[in-house]
Amino acid sequence: MTRYILRRFLQAIPLLFLISLLLFVMMQNMGDPLATMGGRTMTRSEDRARLTRQLGLDKPVIVQYLYWLIGNDWTKIDLDGDGVAETPGIRKGVLRGDFGYSLVNREPAMEVIMERLPNTLLLMLTAEVVILFGSLLIGIYAALRQYSLMDNVVTALSFIGYSMPIFFVALGLMYIFAVNFKAWGLPYLPTVGMFDPQAGKSVWQVAWHMVLPVITIAITSFAANSRYVRSTMLEALGQDYIRTAKSKGLPRRSIVFIHALKNASLPIITVVGLDLPFLLGGAVVTERIFAWPGMGRLFIDHVSRADTPVVMGIMMLIAFAVITFQIITDVLYAWLDPRIRYQ
Amino acid sequence: MVKQRTPDLRPVSAPDEIETPVLSLSKLAWRRFRRHKMAVGGMVTLVFLVLYCIGGAFIFTEEYANYNDLSIKLQPPSSEHPFGTDTIGRDILARTVYGGQISLLIGLTAMIVEIMVGVVIGALTGYFGGWLDSLLMRLTEAVLIVPQIFLLLVMAKFFGGAVPNINILGREFSGSVIVIILIIGLTAWPYTARIVRAQFLSIKENEFILAARATGTGTWGIIFRHILPNSIAPIVVAATLGIANAITLEAYISFLGLGVRPPTATWGNMLEGAYNYIDQGIYWLWLFPGLLILLIVLSINFVGDGLRDALDPRSRAV
Repeated sequence: MTRYILRRFLQAIPLLFLISLLLFVMMQNMGDPLATMGGRTMTRSEDRARLTRQLGLDKPVIVQYLYWLIGNDWTKIDLDGDGVAETPGIRKGVLRGDFGYSLVNREPAMEVIMERLPNTLLLMLTAEVVILFGSLLIGIYAALRQYSLMDNVVTALSFIGYSMPIFFVALGLMYIFAVNFKAWGLPYLPTVGMFDPQAGKSVWQVAWHMVLPVITIAITSFAANSRYVRSTMLEALGQDYIRTAKSKGLPRRSIVFIHALKNASLPIITVVGLDLPFLLGGAVVTERIFAWPGMGRLFIDHVSRADTPVVMGIMMLIAFAVITFQIITDVLYAWLDPRIRYQ
Repeated sequence: MVKQRTPDLRPVSAPDEIETPVLSLSKLAWRRFRRHKMAVGGMVTLVFLVLYCIGGAFIFTEEYANYNDLSIKLQPPSSEHPFGTDTIGRDILARTVYGGQISLLIGLTAMIVEIMVGVVIGALTGYFGGWLDSLLMRLTEAVLIVPQIFLLLVMAKFFGGAVPNINILGREFSGSVIVIILIIGLTAWPYTARIVRAQFLSIKENEFILAARATGTGTWGIIFRHILPNSIAPIVVAATLGIANAITLEAYISFLGLGVRPPTATWGNMLEGAYNYIDQGIYWLWLFPGLLILLIVLSINFVGDGLRDALDPRSRAV
């Protein structure tokens, strides 16, 4: 098993290099990062040229990629523009954990990202728990009453939920629960941010502000997941061991939740495991609408300002998480299902 | 030219004789499709939506759809402007008509790009295998690992800005339409490529491929005349769902402000900034384009679902 995990990680390394190279090259044409740097406008062209040299933006793409990857402390860079490289570089490179400095606010890119990561994780993990419990509940209910009226209603609703763009759900919920509830004098939900600046950041405030974004994310994901639970539950319920359990006279509750669900949960784990890393990126659109200070919003803000270090950092973090979770899912699957063996 | 009907020479079967009617594959598929009520409903809705987008153009001119009058901005739905007016006083009804045309255009063409790239890569990897397979499959994995919306945003920035407006059939389009089509097509193909590759891997082991090779059919003949037609069913389903996916993705990037630039309307960019006005109770900015996106995606998904059942060769229902 250790060998298997190790091999999977080794196979992933060239993949990560390929992704990083593709993305890095793409980042080069994203506009002028100097134009919006820290809100300053540079009027003198010498300043521009000096800054371009300092940031290494005058080098060819491949050299910039190399500096990003392995740093430039092994070579000298030309800071004063006289054509002679004399100042030793200070960047360590991604491979040694240095993601460079954000071009927007000159803070270390990793710090900028890590500042937002907990917010995204809080939102997305809560959403994932809601999705998991909700879709298990809906899926099992629909499976136990196959082809009943409720099953058909759930099927139709999940098609609608699956087809609904996130922003439509978000705007609809905002309109009903924030705007109209306020107009009717009912307790209304907040629409933007993580907490009310006047009330201060408290657990209650954050939880209250999380309600709408979590429901938004959940509604669009319930659909596909509950369909999946329904079909794996139906398959498990049709097995021989369920008939045996029934004929032994076991109570229905333990048949459904222990015998059937336990076996049906295997494929569900795969789906959840492969979904989890994508949560890191946050729901870009949801975070934007609800002004949630997470990674998705950070990404949009920094893409529009051509901030290569931060954008690359976010994307590499997600790529790494996706690969890791793929491996974890496979391993977990083999551990839970003794019939599967990896060589 | 009128197609000549061949006289029916089949023996007339007795009414009590149980016999499967002789049907071509497409007729069989159509019969199965018709039994799928939701799919037929989706098809009808789709036809209505297309008629809405095309027919509406005879009622409103594009100049009217792009005409802004700040004195009537943000007006609620009225008899004069049934869907209300937007932030700079354009008629939302007229804009949904022209926006729908662009959204449909993007959905269709992005799907074509996606299918072409996906089929070529899937066919090459599935048929030839070897180093070409490992190389292209690594590329496929690489594209799949970064969430599509992130890739789209980066690519929209990458290709955006440099494209001038273009003129097709006397209509001025924002060049960003082409950019959006390309980037959606170029990020969505891995799913198709995987489906096609799996099809090729299984079909190429069949005896009729061996027979074709024995009779001297060339490699390209085998790929295009023998394997590809046999894997058309999943490709058709993927293509159908690809249209819905492309329309949604266009709406997402336009919603985030990196998509199609005004004045060209799409259902997606009509929603841009709508959330800034939601506190004032202005619902018509997002409700109508949003509903149209929901309707078209829903109906395409139903049609795709029906097609999947209808084209499944294992299904024996007539």
